Amino acid sequence: MKYIDQQLVVKRMNGRNLVNKLFKGIFMLATLVSLLFLAILLYRIGTQGISHLSWDFLKNFASRFPEKAGIKAALVGSLWLMAVVAPTSIILGVGSAIYLEEYAKKNRITAFIRTNISNLAGVPSVVFGLLGLTIFVRALSLGNSVLAAGFTMSLLILPVIIVAAQESIRAIPGELRDASFGMGATKWQTIVKVILPAAIPGILTGSILALSRAIGETAPLIVIGVPVIIQFLPSGVMDTFTALPMQIYDWSSRPQQEFQVVAAAGIIVLMVVLLLMNTVAAVIRNKFQKRY
Amino acid sequence: MRPSVQEMIAQSKGKKFKKNVEKFVPVILFLIASVSVLTTIGIVLTLIVETITFFTRVPITDFLFGTTWLPFSNKEAMFGIWPLIIGTLKVTLIATIVAVPIGIGAAIYLSEYASETVRRIVKPVLEILAGIPTIVYGFFALTFVTPVLQSFFPEIKIFNAISPGIVVGIMIIPMIASLSEDAMSSVPKQIREGALAMGSTKFEVAMKVTLPAALSGIVASVVLAISRAIGETMIVSLAAGSTPKMDGDFTGSIQTMTSYIVQVSKGDAGYGTTIYYSIYAVGFTLFVFTMVMNILASYVSKRFREEY
Repeated sequence: MKYIDQQLVVKRMNGRNLVNKLFKGIFMLATLVSLLFLAILLYRIGTQGISHLSWDFLKNFASRFPEKAGIKAALVGSLWLMAVVAPTSIILGVGSAIYLEEYAKKNRITAFIRTNISNLAGVPSVVFGLLGLTIFVRALSLGNSVLAAGFTMSLLILPVIIVAAQESIRAIPGELRDASFGMGATKWQTIVKVILPAAIPGILTGSILALSRAIGETAPLIVIGVPVIIQFLPSGVMDTFTALPMQIYDWSSRPQQEFQVVAAAGIIVLMVVLLLMNTVAAVIRNKFQKRY
Repeated sequence: MRPSVQEMIAQSKGKKFKKNVEKFVPVILFLIASVSVLTTIGIVLTLIVETITFFTRVPITDFLFGTTWLPFSNKEAMFGIWPLIIGTLKVTLIATIVAVPIGIGAAIYLSEYASETVRRIVKPVLEILAGIPTIVYGFFALTFVTPVLQSFFPEIKIFNAISPGIVVGIMIIPMIASLSEDAMSSVPKQIREGALAMGSTKFEVAMKVTLPAALSGIVASVVLAISRAIGETMIVSLAAGSTPKMDGDFTGSIQTMTSYIVQVSKGDAGYGTTIYYSIYAVGFTLFVFTMVMNILASYVSKRFREEY
């Protein structure tokens, strides 16, 4: 009696190995398809928009004529927006994170705040636009100003910053805290002088990534009623403004073919801004990465 | 003479300000932390209040059961939400068909087959896809994907459900791939090695060991990604058109809940008009849809988590 049929085993094994190889190829293809798509997207927009990219494009205001259309108001407007969003969202985000990590007791309220933050992260951005329209634009009558849009965007990216700050605070080992308390420091002194300095690289990295999301968001701005054609620069946070994604949206949705090129040029500017921010975030992460 | 340590301690204890800092800081930080809760309350309240105003003008039954969405009609405006829901579901369906196989395939490749180096390079590159602004995707759908589709299937219109569906799908791939990969990577090595030692091929390990063990995480990632697809705004606003329809046609112009909100906001609907309030009713419906998906995702990942 034969216990093992050698030939049958080899035959079956060959078949199974073949299936393995086949699916390895399929899974690899799935990965490659998404990477390929990214490559096509970047290549396509790059080649489409590069011809329109010039100093004039950066220096001109929006125009009815595609060849004269520029992005100055949007570029400056986006910077103004960031000037409101960055401090607001970072103060709120880091403050919440410190509270949750250092002060919060393990009770129902804390659990509720945590659940709420993760739920808030899943709310569509267009709904945040409705919130901004009702609370900031109408109820507080800030109009479609930099401030109203900035507050709306800050709330939108708040969950991302809170989670990033929480993670980097949590990564600081307990010994550092214990040592600080052992030296007689109070809780707040420990937080300000020991924990925050050690957590700042992580907090900054997360915040910059969150801000880069705010720069690319369009839907809340449209709902708030941020205009597109603006021939002046805002001089304060109460002024009307326009932003990069708004301008791109306007150009993309125009029927004339020529504006597609202008839109692509605008996208290049937006992507360069995002790339710069991501690079800064990566540099901070690499430079200050500490292992305890 | 310098004060002794004891004196210094006594002095600093006497300082009112420092004492107060320790007392007030937690309170202030608690207030800051409650901003996120206030935001949620603010969202829910504004949506509910304005939606109720809407229902004083349009019967709620017309909204919930109506099958015609004609808010701009000169004769009689119709506010039946279903065409917008169907439009949203069309785009979401296509996005899911695109994203689930590719996303899970990529996750399996990265967690089971790829070397550590490949994974470390590919994962962040994939996540670039998630960081690209949706307006860029929308532009790409309108100016590249639609014309390419049209060259294969001439019956597809400029505005359709397929092209934005595909692009939304691409957008959510990294979400599925990344979260599923995390779930699969957290399956302990020993289990895999045990299966390999029994003579399984890597494919068999992936299908019969890793995938079932990580299923809750994978399902949660898919549900979250679908929720994101439902709420996606700019891609559909640019590429899907603005024709609310109730049929099963994917090749013509449709309208989604999100793109309706954008369409009205763009046209600056006068404050106080029925159309103005209708965006809140639609926003509320959208909010309910995504909230249900998010809660479902966190339920799945908690309830069915395998403990090792």
